[in-house]
Amino acid sequence: MMELSLTVNGRRCTVHVDPATTLVEVLRDELGLTGTKIGCDRGACSACTVWIDGEVAASCMTFALDARDKQVTTIEGLAQGEQLHPVQQAFVEHDALQCGFCTPGMVMSCAHLVERNPDCNLDDVRGAVSGHLCRCGAYPNIFKATLAAAAAVRQSKNGGGT
Amino acid sequence: MSAPDARESSTVLTGIVGDTLQPIAHEIPRGEPPALPPNSELRVIGKRVNRVDAVPKVTGQARYTYDVRLPGMLYARIVSSTVPHARIKSIDTSAAEAYPGVKAVHILDRVLSIAQLRDPSIEANERFPLVRYHGQPIAAVAAVSMRVAKAAAKLVRIEYERLPHVTMLEAAMRDDAPVVFPGPTEQAATAGGGGAAPGLPQKGNLRGPARGGLGGGGRGDVQQGFAQADHIVTCEYRTQVQTHVPMETHGLVADWRDEELTLYASTQYTLSVRDDAASVFGLPKEKIRVISEYTGGGFGAKFGIGNYGALAIHLSRKARAPVRLVLDRREEHVTVGNRPSTFQRLKLGAKRDGTVTTLHVESYGTGGVAAGAGVGFCHTAMYPIPNVATEHYDVFTDAGPSAAFRAPGQVQGIFALEQALDEMAHAIGMDPVALREKLDTNDTDDARARKAERRIGAERAGWSQRRPTAADAGTVKRGLGMAQSQWAYIVHGGPTTCEVRIRGDGSVIALCGAQDIGTGTRTVMAQTVAEELGLRVEDVDTRIGDSRYPPGPASGGSRVTGSLTPAARNAAHLAARDLAARVAPSLNAKPEEIVFQDGRIFARGRPDSGVKFAAAVRKANFDEIVHRADRREDYEGYRAKFGELHISRHGIGGVQFAEIAVDTETGVVKVERVVAVHDCGRPINPKLIESQIYGGVIQGVSYALYEERHLDPHTGVQLNANIDQYKIVGARETPSIEVHLIEQLGRQSSTDARGVAEPANVATAAAIANAFYNATGKRIRTLPMTSANVLAALRAGDQP
Repeated sequence: MMELSLTVNGRRCTVHVDPATTLVEVLRDELGLTGTKIGCDRGACSACTVWIDGEVAASCMTFALDARDKQVTTIEGLAQGEQLHPVQQAFVEHDALQCGFCTPGMVMSCAHLVERNPDCNLDDVRGAVSGHLCRCGAYPNIFKATLAAAAAVRQSKNGGGT
Repeated sequence: MSAPDARESSTVLTGIVGDTLQPIAHEIPRGEPPALPPNSELRVIGKRVNRVDAVPKVTGQARYTYDVRLPGMLYARIVSSTVPHARIKSIDTSAAEAYPGVKAVHILDRVLSIAQLRDPSIEANERFPLVRYHGQPIAAVAAVSMRVAKAAAKLVRIEYERLPHVTMLEAAMRDDAPVVFPGPTEQAATAGGGGAAPGLPQKGNLRGPARGGLGGGGRGDVQQGFAQADHIVTCEYRTQVQTHVPMETHGLVADWRDEELTLYASTQYTLSVRDDAASVFGLPKEKIRVISEYTGGGFGAKFGIGNYGALAIHLSRKARAPVRLVLDRREEHVTVGNRPSTFQRLKLGAKRDGTVTTLHVESYGTGGVAAGAGVGFCHTAMYPIPNVATEHYDVFTDAGPSAAFRAPGQVQGIFALEQALDEMAHAIGMDPVALREKLDTNDTDDARARKAERRIGAERAGWSQRRPTAADAGTVKRGLGMAQSQWAYIVHGGPTTCEVRIRGDGSVIALCGAQDIGTGTRTVMAQTVAEELGLRVEDVDTRIGDSRYPPGPASGGSRVTGSLTPAARNAAHLAARDLAARVAPSLNAKPEEIVFQDGRIFARGRPDSGVKFAAAVRKANFDEIVHRADRREDYEGYRAKFGELHISRHGIGGVQFAEIAVDTETGVVKVERVVAVHDCGRPINPKLIESQIYGGVIQGVSYALYEERHLDPHTGVQLNANIDQYKIVGARETPSIEVHLIEQLGRQSSTDARGVAEPANVATAAAIANAFYNATGKRIRTLPMTSANVLAALRAGDQP
């Protein structure tokens, strides 16, 4: 067992894990953050997507030790209190989900895209979630929601001073 | 109380809104709430309100079975067979039991969810259940962590006596094929459908023939029909095995206590989990509680406890601790269901003017070690073809069992039938839409809906501008095709009950034991109750997914909304009338004059006299009003009842148009656009219905183009049992999809709602196949449309 410290959703955490432990296991089993899901356990469905130092990552394919001293953001850390992230809000309004199991990972990738590139287009959205599987087939609404969120972000940036 | 059969006559607007709506007299059971007007006159029903549980889903707060954590909970791992067919000589669990951290080991004494020998004495002397497919669950280990459970599971030693095996459909049909079951078998249906007709003959691996599904069967004289025909189309179709791949794999957390067994289940039907556990463990149903807050998809495969659930319960009983058993992705692909393959031979006869005189269908399908493959009921139910005969054979193979899968049988059957009709249209020189117009004339709501849907869809898809067959000169050829969809209109007769509580503080709670697999159970329940009480959706607190609540429907057969919303409305109506009587005096009105609207309660015609809902409730000064009501039987009754499945003579359906591009050099097919026009009675929430139709179309595209389970014939191993190897439509392959819904008021229940999940998936593959013909002039009769199958289809008929 090794001691490991990392920052999750702005909070410094210390856990004791063996070296084979993956980041998603730490999040779910040690920290109780069960919003992050495992759909395949081999990086093929992206249900486990989180941000590590602001970059999207498959937490089932990341050793916990590789997240040592890094900033990890999970789906639980995306909203600011009661204020949903624009992508979360748009997912609600455009019904960009059905069963919801793939949704945390989808939201993390779409939110990353919107924050990086508020001018994104449909092809960019398709690219951002091309590694994600949604078996319910919510893609058309995921596209609409993400583009709507990007538009909202653009508007708030442009109209910030008025 | 009125007698249940007391009825009163009422004239209500019936038919398709904006099209065929007209006043028609109906006999409506006494006590039912008054008929609702079209959606345009309603405030909550029919509106595009947000899914009420969307926020917990986008914030990671929704708790799936996968996320359940209980104090002292153990983790379980299954030990599976490593051979496809064998007698187990011995199982040594001693090393696993001695492994540090292991709390219990259990060996299955009975395999669930597969066909069972009609005469169990044939294998009564076997020490362990026979292994009939690679990956069959044999035992399980419960330990303090998943890491320990996995390590210990590897220490279980199993000694096999290998038996010859067969995994391919055609090979299993041969006289000298290894036999999967040593005698005739039976398989009962699950709540989601599936199961096989009882008592059929079985020879070797061939079980059948079954003639017709869902009470269908043949009619007329097909030979006479062929004699009347000017043209006969004879064709063969092959469809593949498809696996369900719900994002949340199957799983159960079992907590066995002396006083009660609590099961957290990823399920499509809480009560099927309870009833299975009661039956397998000999427990009274009252001592079992099933909880399913959120289910991460199911598509037909999540009914009952399954072998994994039985193992979890056994382990919890042995270890005296809660046990979590969740399948990994390979186990999900291999052991808990699939859509069976088919080989279908259709012979269709028609007159020159498009009158279809006869249809003969011979089909074979393998659901591995499960019976109940099939080709649906479309052949007799969809069109009034006077002479129809169907013969279906299940073929057993040493492969994982099939299970119900979104429109079981019907997807395969309609792929062939709607393509055969397209072939006939071309053979007699008739437009495919015009042929349907002539043929699709049953006196049923689904046929009436499809008439409107053909018109709307043809216009939106640009059917009149459809180009001649194989019009493109280049290597990439584009085409437009259409196909029709049908599924049964099923009501859950289990019964379906809803409870509505109005609390003294003005809050409202609606309860039903039904689960939500992603279709929006909570949302449609909240909308219905809110409409009746004049409230907003967010004013109604919905509680679902608990077997202690009033019994709810199964999420299977497209029946939740059509079964649940009438019960919810009936209960809310009783609560509203009860409340009306209590608040009427303070409003100087009679109870029957009280109206609930926009969050206020007032006397009809005097909205200014009203008070806010919560204020009126507080003033009425009561603790709580509680009313329960059932979903009444459809007002005109049913065509048939199979246990809890009550089947209307009406169906539900749609018409889909697909535009595709075929690269004739590489064999790559791309679906560019789908127009999907559907009916579901009264749409309760168009936003959520569109989501389901998107999903149905996307699954249909995925089935048509990509998905296929591959078994290695030598070892029986599934070669593509994970998401990176089993190709499913993703973001890049999702076509442009245009959904159009019609509003059809059938007046069979207090909400007129019907389902949509299955019809959305039924027509897509056939529409794509018919577009393929329009593009290339060649028929694609084999699914999926991989490059190999496409290039073979393009070469067919060419001389070498």
